[in-house]
Amino acid sequence: MTDQSKISVKNLNFYYSKHQVIKNLSLEVKANEILSVFGPANSGTTTLLRTMNRMWDIIPGARMEGEVLLDGNNIYASNASTIELRRKVGIVFEIPTPLPMSIFDNVAYGPRLSGIKNKVALEEIVEKSLRMAVIWDEVKDRLHSIGSRLSGGQQQRLCIARVLALEPEVILLDRPCSGLDPVSTAKIEESLRQLKEQFTIIIVPHNVQQAGRVADRAVFLLMGDLIEEGPTAVMFANPKDKRTSDYITGRFG
Amino acid sequence: MKLKKFGERIPQSLFFLIALSALSALALITIFIFIEGVPLIAKVGFFNFIFGMKWAPSLGQYGIFPMIVGTVLVTVGAVIIGVPIALCCSIFLAEFAPRQLSMLVRPAIQLLAGIPSVVYGFWGLIFIVPAIRNYLGGPGLSILAGSIILAIMILPTVISISEVSILALPPLLKEGAFALGATHWQTIRSVLLPAAKSGILASIILGIGRAVGETMAVIMVLGNAVALPSSILDPARTLTTNIGIEMGYASGEHQQALFATGIVLLVIIMILNASAQYAIRRK
Amino acid sequence: MRLNPRISQKIAKTVIWFAAIVVLVLLFSIIIYILSKGIPNITWQFLTEIPSDMGRSGGILSCIVGTLSVTLVATVVATPLGVGTAFYLTEYTHESIVTKIIRFSAESLAGIPSIVYGLFGFIFFVIYLKLGWSILSGGLTLAMMILPTIIRTSEEAIHTVHPMYREVSFSLGGTKWQTMIKILIPSALPGIATGIILGIGRCVAETAAVILTAGSALQMPVSIFSPARTMAVHFYILARESISLEKAFATAALLIILILIINIGANILVNRFVAKSH
Repeated sequence: MTDQSKISVKNLNFYYSKHQVIKNLSLEVKANEILSVFGPANSGTTTLLRTMNRMWDIIPGARMEGEVLLDGNNIYASNASTIELRRKVGIVFEIPTPLPMSIFDNVAYGPRLSGIKNKVALEEIVEKSLRMAVIWDEVKDRLHSIGSRLSGGQQQRLCIARVLALEPEVILLDRPCSGLDPVSTAKIEESLRQLKEQFTIIIVPHNVQQAGRVADRAVFLLMGDLIEEGPTAVMFANPKDKRTSDYITGRFG
Repeated sequence: MKLKKFGERIPQSLFFLIALSALSALALITIFIFIEGVPLIAKVGFFNFIFGMKWAPSLGQYGIFPMIVGTVLVTVGAVIIGVPIALCCSIFLAEFAPRQLSMLVRPAIQLLAGIPSVVYGFWGLIFIVPAIRNYLGGPGLSILAGSIILAIMILPTVISISEVSILALPPLLKEGAFALGATHWQTIRSVLLPAAKSGILASIILGIGRAVGETMAVIMVLGNAVALPSSILDPARTLTTNIGIEMGYASGEHQQALFATGIVLLVIIMILNASAQYAIRRK
Repeated sequence: MRLNPRISQKIAKTVIWFAAIVVLVLLFSIIIYILSKGIPNITWQFLTEIPSDMGRSGGILSCIVGTLSVTLVATVVATPLGVGTAFYLTEYTHESIVTKIIRFSAESLAGIPSIVYGLFGFIFFVIYLKLGWSILSGGLTLAMMILPTIIRTSEEAIHTVHPMYREVSFSLGGTKWQTMIKILIPSALPGIATGIILGIGRCVAETAAVILTAGSALQMPVSIFSPARTMAVHFYILARESISLEKAFATAALLIILILIINIGANILVNRFVAKSH
């Protein structure tokens, strides 16, 4: 393993029309760490996440300056493939959205798109992904029933399994537990800790506590500015910036 | 490297080409109708063609004024009879009908729109025409008969579009009026209908368009005389029926004259369509 | 003098109910009248024989074939164009002057009277392209006529697909094409099918545009270049020229039954679609 970062963000500026949501931000993400990017609403956390797999391309009026490198390669280079990128950098959205098809087909959706047709191979991938997302035992008997019948927490784990099936290198999670009950949240956080062995994980937590619980390192954003970054334990015990400590201790946000 | 699927190589430009089909169809229709019709209008003279009182193809006389009058009278009649009923019906569906009943009435009105126009014409020939002849006099085949049939035929257009525009109003409007102690009818009359005005107007214009454009049903009940009518119990001819009746055997200049009639029809319809779309957008 | 609000409310309510009842009674009386006069005359022979003696005797098999084949040509041509246009408008472009022009064209096409389609189809397909009075000419003319219906209903159907589905599919490495084939088309299918069915209904009911482009030949068509008489045209000629009232009623009844089936089919699809998208 080299010292090279998995993802580096360099001098990133991001605008929706004239409104700047990320201001000259630079950031390094190491392989196999869980990094949490947190901050109050409208701080640019979701946007930062989306620049890492180009999931903002279709938003009209959005504009970006700066570079995002994956393993040292600029993902915005003119010869870079968005499709390849999204297979390497998967994303789980805030609202669990199973596609209108069976549980099995949901998980097999990505692999099928990349051309895997063999039934046995697909079954293997689906089972493995569902196991990794800690949902296999709950759905193994109804793989062919429709995905939207599951509970909210199960749906979100299904969505995680769906991303895992792509065999990505990086997983982005955008407030994956915001609508979920504490038990479901605990299950998802548990699976994240196991997934860390194989993947690099960047999470925008839905609250400060989650940032403290799951992440190795944390980055605090405020109104598009990177205020502070460091190991979670250090930052939470002893924040350097007053704004960070105010936010962590709940004085605003 | 994975093979790219065939579909990826279908460029955006192919979809663009497909999307041009509607525009090309419109352009082709306009161009060909004009190419066929304009030479005759040029030969006869625009004024003589539009305001000429005599239509006698065998004598080379092509004046369509009686048909313009016929079209206007039949359409106005249809609007006078049909629009009040249609508006009541749309208010019924939007405001009064119990849910179960509206679930029955809506498809029924859709069905009304689906019945072939020749069937309406036939029905009119059997019921409306003799009734007019027996109770009001005249030959029965008349402007009034045409208006009644067209009134029925424009119902679905007017009902569905005005209903949609009433339903699209924000519920707060209604609640506000109720809160001020207005009755249901006062609310409808003084709040909902004025607010849905542009949609209702558009529905009426589109209904007029439908009435102006209808051919087969009108042929069967209108009597088709080319003279200028003097009462609504007289037979008449409209622009559409002129084409529908004579296209079967016309040739040469006569045929061109029918295309020229088509130009007038097309221009009227385009103006109506554009104003309906303007009324809808103005919201 | 102003009316008491409570009295005006009562009067208005009565008038409105009355109007609705009038419309329903009218509709059902037309349908029941035609069906009751026509159905007794629909016999096996009527359905399986070619008209003879100008339609006075025999059946209407060639007209049934005419209607089906003209409708089939129209649907096969208009569906890809209409659905493709809808996808272009929703997926491949942003709102612009171009989309405005395309929508305006479609809405204008929807308003053009069928007799004008007939004139155009006659001069363009029959004469200019030398296709003659034929199933092909009639079908192509009808295709232009139903194009706006298919565009509009497909566009509405695609709009109702949950926007997150697109995003999820893209995020899993799906391309625009894959997303369209695997997500958008299946989700919007009932809505698209409704548009096609409504188009079919218009084709079956149309007279003016078909009589000028497909002709009114009574022989059995043998290819798409043969002229054909559709059921609606046959009914028109029987009724207008008083050839046979009995056969006219039977043809009209068959047309109405067909339209009823088409409408019920469209409604079932719509209801399923509405149930699914909630």
